[in-house]
Amino acid sequence: MEVTKPAGCTCEEATEEELLARLDEVLTEYRAKPGALIPVLQMAQGLFGYLPEVALKRVALGLNKSFSEVAGVVSFYSFFSTIPRGQHVVRVCLGTACYVRGGKRVLDTIKQKLKIDVGETTADHLFTLEVTRCFGACGLAPAIMIDSDVHHRVKPNRIESVLGKYRSEVVVAERSA
Amino acid sequence: MSSDFEPILMRNVGVAKAADLQVYEARGGYQGIRKALQMSPEELIDEVKKANLRGRGGAGFPAGMKWSFLPKERKVTYLCVNADESEPPTFNNRVLMESDPHQLLEGIMIAGYATRATVAYIYMRGEFTEPFHILQRALNQAYAAGYFGKKILGSDFSMECYIHRGAGAYVCGEETGLIESLEGKRGWPRIKPPFPAVAGLFAKPTVVNNVETLCCLPHIVLRGAAWFTAIGPQGSFGPKLFCVSGPVNRPGCFEESMNITVKDLIYGSKFAQGMIGNKAVKGVFPGGLSMGVLTGDELEMRMDFDSPRKFGLLGLGTAALVVFNEDTDIRDVLLNVTRFYAMESCGQCTQCREGTGWMYKIAQRISLGAGRREDLDILVETTRNMGMMPGLSICGLPDGAAFPIRTLVEKFRAEFEQHIVRQEPGKVERVLRVLN
Repeated sequence: MEVTKPAGCTCEEATEEELLARLDEVLTEYRAKPGALIPVLQMAQGLFGYLPEVALKRVALGLNKSFSEVAGVVSFYSFFSTIPRGQHVVRVCLGTACYVRGGKRVLDTIKQKLKIDVGETTADHLFTLEVTRCFGACGLAPAIMIDSDVHHRVKPNRIESVLGKYRSEVVVAERSA
Repeated sequence: MSSDFEPILMRNVGVAKAADLQVYEARGGYQGIRKALQMSPEELIDEVKKANLRGRGGAGFPAGMKWSFLPKERKVTYLCVNADESEPPTFNNRVLMESDPHQLLEGIMIAGYATRATVAYIYMRGEFTEPFHILQRALNQAYAAGYFGKKILGSDFSMECYIHRGAGAYVCGEETGLIESLEGKRGWPRIKPPFPAVAGLFAKPTVVNNVETLCCLPHIVLRGAAWFTAIGPQGSFGPKLFCVSGPVNRPGCFEESMNITVKDLIYGSKFAQGMIGNKAVKGVFPGGLSMGVLTGDELEMRMDFDSPRKFGLLGLGTAALVVFNEDTDIRDVLLNVTRFYAMESCGQCTQCREGTGWMYKIAQRISLGAGRREDLDILVETTRNMGMMPGLSICGLPDGAAFPIRTLVEKFRAEFEQHIVRQEPGKVERVLRVLN
């Protein structure tokens, strides 16, 4: 599988100018609303796939806040990322319930399969690996979250098939393109 | 345990399409708010006070009393719904929102009417994707049916309701951290006073209530305070959800009165049905991590608001049990617990920021087989010098870090010492060189 596009790229990828224009629309809509910063950042991350400096500067200007305030909020919350991430973010829960039911082994297996460490992205920009705090799937531990799907009772020997689903989605998307 | 307990908050769990407005209404839903609108807000607050509904979010503060702290003269009141369920390993709010979203919405309406709130914000944690879509859909249905918006059900009461999705920070479950986060800032808890009731969201009078607390309201209004106080032991009235996780046969969320013991929840046939492979229980965190740990010999503890203190715990917390069995290395448990608080301390107060970080470092060394006896004393001493109880922090997060770490070290000290005795000589020095 040849993937030559930059991170977070989909087939009909917009240029940076187009993304910034869309961000401006969001900013116009939210400018007058109090407490808009976090929803705006969530939408900006949805547009860009991560939060590049150029977007943060635009948000700061648009909401009339200092860049440091915006950057401070971004670095405070774990969902925001200022570095490009893969198409799919794999989050392994290491909350206590998952931990005592083998979450660590799940994490080690994923590291091994993807050949990356926590916080890194695979060379083909398909997967980013993160560790997350408990997200309340403790009854079905150990759990992992890929994008917004929660996978329950993940065993090390099932990981390949779980990840494979996300690999093949890209293949399908590329074929249909 | 003689259990003739009828599910109340979870009565719609497992019912087909219970998240649909028509199904909820057909099963008696939205009658509570209709009855509440016949009462005055003051009568409603009195009824909730009589029911002694204590907050289900962790602290157990009486909800009716919280409401009555609002100043008499006020133009705007905000109601914040704490759905940031972040305490590991808690998932009772998730269950309530996924399986019966309209029950929560009805609770929000009743609390909003009682507090004369103009806007309700549901602060939901960002990781909750499924619950968000379910609740948003339910909210749209409720709006369409006239349950939110202007002049609700023909009364003079108007309230808007929005869902705000969090961006991932444990401390945002603390009520002033949540308020700061809603305002678009870092979720840094505020120094109190002023309390949110006086100056909360956007400096306006604000009430923050937990999801499960609000879900109790329709039932209290419909069936009365006397019905509510007939359930459970003195001071801990009403139905309660308990989550059980870890290596048990049937992990899950169960509803009972607070008469139930930890042992019943782990071994009861209606509950977790015992340990996988009949392993012995080494320990249990009975109220989410932050309340502290029980040993396998302390399972008689009753899961009410007051019993946990007798076992050296901080309180009932979120009533989410995580069990670990005899095969678990206690050093791993310490490592996992210390890591969590070191990651989630918000960094405002020195004792918490530095204390949690250093305790994690010490736990790392201990788990690498390079612990020292004095490390155990340092851990205990550190936990005694952080938090609101010694008056050293803005919020309760460091207290929540102190209790599990201190109770782990104190209750399992012999086991930690055994590991330290068995360590190979010179390991401490080698690991220290690498880690520092």
